[in-house]
Amino acid sequence: MKSAVIVFPGSNCDRDLAVALEQVTGRKPAMVWHREAELPEGTEFIGIPGGFSYGDYLRSGAMAARSPVMRAVKDAADRGVPVIGICNGFQVLTEAGLLPGALMRNAGLSFVCRNVPLRVENSQSLFTSGYDSGEEIVFPVAHHDGNYQADEAVLDRLEGEGRVAFRYLDQCNGSARNIAGILNDAGNVLGLMPHPERVIEPAHGRTDGRRLFEGLLETVA
Amino acid sequence: MKARVFITLKTGVLDPQGKAIHHALEGLGFSGVNDVRAGKLIELDLADGTSDSDIENMCRKLLANTVIENFRIERLENA
Repeated sequence: MKSAVIVFPGSNCDRDLAVALEQVTGRKPAMVWHREAELPEGTEFIGIPGGFSYGDYLRSGAMAARSPVMRAVKDAADRGVPVIGICNGFQVLTEAGLLPGALMRNAGLSFVCRNVPLRVENSQSLFTSGYDSGEEIVFPVAHHDGNYQADEAVLDRLEGEGRVAFRYLDQCNGSARNIAGILNDAGNVLGLMPHPERVIEPAHGRTDGRRLFEGLLETVA
Repeated sequence: MKARVFITLKTGVLDPQGKAIHHALEGLGFSGVNDVRAGKLIELDLADGTSDSDIENMCRKLLANTVIENFRIERLENA
């Protein structure tokens, strides 16, 4: 699988994501700087990493969502190329309009940095086929603005269409309906606050995240 | 020509920062505060002739996230 990881000034999980992708797919992803107007020819998967793009200026993800590379990401997503946005990447995807809703300051105001139990709500997506529906897994979170909010109609639609991919088992950051990750309507864009790329190998303490990338590899390749 | 853009959270959107400020004010003994909402003020120094709709587009495309925020534009004449 030919993958690309987008790098913004202030991204800091780009390397983690690249290592995870290389381990699972056997192929180093292209690291694509935010000023690039195009993605490498034949890109089959795009990862938008965590971090603090543009120092979280204005709103988390707001500046990154308007950078040149995001037009190419939007075009690719429209063509059905799978896109994952993790943490700041999720914020970028909502700011770019690729996913509905917004990620606000955590309800408790604290930066939350710990392992959190999640439930896989939909195991039928490109990204979650490696899990069982209803399975409980643990991913780490590390964020200040992870409080997912959308109006009731949007939330109802996400639930009704099976687009809530992951849900926190316990209250984590104030997110509406404990939503941790959502899919777009076509199912090829996933945004989530927890970090699957940080639980890939036994040395990480857990390997729950590995199956996300393995499942993706299986469906894409 | 200058303009100010006031960005506020929509009614009904929880404002944890406003809540914390409220608590802090109460902690300082200011008991008469019913509610606090925090927002942003952005000052723009604009070329003469910039239209209202230009400024509105700036707000919609970048300055405000209209999923959760409202904006209000105030032109400062003679500034």
